[in-house]
Amino acid sequence: MQKQYIRTYLNNKLLAYVTVAAFLLCAMLMGISIGTVSIHPTTIIRVIGAEIFPFVSFDNTDSMHANIIMNIRLPRVLLAGLVGASLAIAGAAFQGLLRNPLADPYTIGVSSGASLGAVLTLFFGLSIPFAGMFTLPLFSILFALLTIFAVLLFARNIERSMKVETIILTGIIFSSFLGALISLMIALTGEELRQIIGWLLGSVSMRGWAYINIILPFFVIGAVLLLVNSKELNAMSFGEDKARHIGVDVQKRKMMVLIAGSILTGAAVAVSGTVGFVGLVIPHLTRMLWGTDHRHLLPLSIMVGAGFLIIADLVSRTIIAPAELPIGVITALIGAPVFGVILMKRRNKL
Amino acid sequence: MLKVQQITGGYAGAPVVKNISFEVEKGELFGILGPNGSGKTTILKMLSGILPHTSGDIVIKGKNLSEYTPKELAKIMAVLPQHSSQAFAYTVKETVSLGRYAHQKGWFQSWSGKDEEAVNRVMEQTGISRFQDADIQQLSGGERQRVFLAQALAQEPEILLLDEPTNHLDLSYQKELLDLLSVWSKDCGLTVISIFHDLNLAGLYCDRLLLLENGEVNINHVPNEVLKEGRIREVYRTKIEKLPHPRVAAPQMVLVPERSQAESLLEKRIDPASMEVKEDLLVLRSPLPLKTMSSGVTGSGTGWNRIFLNRHVSKNYDCSDHRSEMAEFVREIGFEPGETVGMMTAVYIEDYSSRLYEEDTFSVYVVVTAGVGNAVDASKSDEHSYHLTPGTINTWIFVNGYLTEAAFIQSIMTATEAKTRALFDQNVNDAVTGTIATGTSTDSILIAATQQGESLEYAGTITPLGKVIGKGVYECTVEAIKKSQSRIKG
Repeated sequence: MQKQYIRTYLNNKLLAYVTVAAFLLCAMLMGISIGTVSIHPTTIIRVIGAEIFPFVSFDNTDSMHANIIMNIRLPRVLLAGLVGASLAIAGAAFQGLLRNPLADPYTIGVSSGASLGAVLTLFFGLSIPFAGMFTLPLFSILFALLTIFAVLLFARNIERSMKVETIILTGIIFSSFLGALISLMIALTGEELRQIIGWLLGSVSMRGWAYINIILPFFVIGAVLLLVNSKELNAMSFGEDKARHIGVDVQKRKMMVLIAGSILTGAAVAVSGTVGFVGLVIPHLTRMLWGTDHRHLLPLSIMVGAGFLIIADLVSRTIIAPAELPIGVITALIGAPVFGVILMKRRNKL
Repeated sequence: MLKVQQITGGYAGAPVVKNISFEVEKGELFGILGPNGSGKTTILKMLSGILPHTSGDIVIKGKNLSEYTPKELAKIMAVLPQHSSQAFAYTVKETVSLGRYAHQKGWFQSWSGKDEEAVNRVMEQTGISRFQDADIQQLSGGERQRVFLAQALAQEPEILLLDEPTNHLDLSYQKELLDLLSVWSKDCGLTVISIFHDLNLAGLYCDRLLLLENGEVNINHVPNEVLKEGRIREVYRTKIEKLPHPRVAAPQMVLVPERSQAESLLEKRIDPASMEVKEDLLVLRSPLPLKTMSSGVTGSGTGWNRIFLNRHVSKNYDCSDHRSEMAEFVREIGFEPGETVGMMTAVYIEDYSSRLYEEDTFSVYVVVTAGVGNAVDASKSDEHSYHLTPGTINTWIFVNGYLTEAAFIQSIMTATEAKTRALFDQNVNDAVTGTIATGTSTDSILIAATQQGESLEYAGTITPLGKVIGKGVYECTVEAIKKSQSRIKG
């Protein structure tokens, strides 16, 4: 009875969106406010307000605070948010498509593929004409896409029904192999790419607005592609045959979801390295609270993912201040145990 | 409605389905049967467009299957697979609502009042409305199957494809589901094409059956033509026998298990040693269940029984509720009414007569108790008023052999003729008409056979079995009449 009540209560979707939006807003304010110099939330609102509405006069905007907010903390928070949002929605989509609650860009090896793409670009100094700063994310996306097709093809060859565990195992095989390739390249280059190691563990520090410009268009394209396919994801989460019976053009929709997921993962990896488990934990948590319906799961995951990574980033830069932990360490510390719990729950059910 | 023309195909490698053609009319309930691996599911997958066929055509409503877009097809055809996977927690209503996918239009595919109405209607029809907010992962197998049926029906299809829909459902849900399908096909013109594992259910509900064998059509006909013993035995390669359904004109097939101790059972037979004579009770305990056809008070009709009772009751026995009184009596003396044929007689039990007749390949043991107090001439029986009195000529015939149904019936005829002749020879008269009696007013008969060993197809008067029964019943009846009459005279 109690459980039923809680469920109907939470089923109120409007409430879900309000809660999640409030969470995201709080996370952003905290992310901007806390640091070596702490900034009062009202100052933050005033500074950002002044930036957005330059003609309205806000009094008392201290230029030092404005500088810290606009040039250091806000871009960092936004980048963390965009990366978190991208990974979370990509994870939710992969899970629905593959009917696999353990799938996320990291566990199925797509992140590693994107990393390899990025490292290759740096290693060979590749550049696509006219793509400019988008060369790196484009290569990441391309490799993310190649990796996911390779993983799926490989898993299907092992076993036609592609059990949850098979896909994860395949992901681990690919991750290890691609990781080895990356290590090999780093070893070959000597000092110059050593900095990549820090980047590979995932970080959103000192990136600035340029990186936001890189990820934003890909985030918008990927997210929109997934959101218009949310009903199809619902159908495909019952199996491809079932989706086909209901009237979904499975081949086309599946391709759209895979491409969108790769775009989101590739772009996120290009700006922040491999941040693991966000795509696993966030959709799982969101599903637990508000159900599986992808029409709501996807937008809610975007916001929860963004808020989560902003907080994870906050923790990573404050917990052992003045030193900084890579953000990937924090997400893995939270994500790996959750992964274990989900796996155990699945085993108990079978 | 749906036409399949010479389709061939299957998975990579050898084709599973070879050159199959059939047609299904609107409103038909069409069953697909066949042993494992005969291509049933493959055909269904081809019909639903999941599996491509290498040659031939599938035409639905005059249009080739390949010309339909997935959405167009989903509006005409819905599929209920054998297993539906559910990796995530959806509510029942969310699951059923997915069935409306093909009907929603536009970029945003908004939910219309018509969608809501259709979803509520099918949930009502399948009886799942009351748990519409429950998580499908928490439902029982039967409930879940109904949710997916509702999802398929929410598509408002004209054709419904089902793959063994009754699998995993318990008996009452099997019946409920098939009754529903039957009603929808007859009343709403829904065309149902379903794979069946259970031949009997298929026979009961389908208008037509397609029997597959190794990916080819064995026969496509009405159930009575398809479900023939010889054909099913050959296709399924197993021992099977056909029975009539007691209420519906539909064939029912039953499996015949292989007996591992067949030889030891063969040694068991009915002979005088099985018989026990008590003061007012004749008991025959069979070492094995016998197939019986009888008119006893308990265990009447056809069945399998191992205890046979002939009970003496007084002439004043109250016959108003003799069946339950007899069942009570059987229980009291330690037998199960469910495996007992019980008869009553007013005759003294010690006046019974029995004989064993040994033939080369079979033997017959006849037991008769005969009193002729209310003898009747059957040809003039309309002169008698009707009242039940305990049976007076009870005839038991045990055959160590296999009898066909025809042999059972002819055994009864032969035994009756022999009994009549015995009465004639003993000059037993009908007290009312004054003519020679043909029997008494409440005679009972039992034919029981071990159903092992020699197969005895007929039991007419000049067949080997008929000859023994005729002779045996005549001799025993004459002797039993003499015994009871001498007691009366004495």
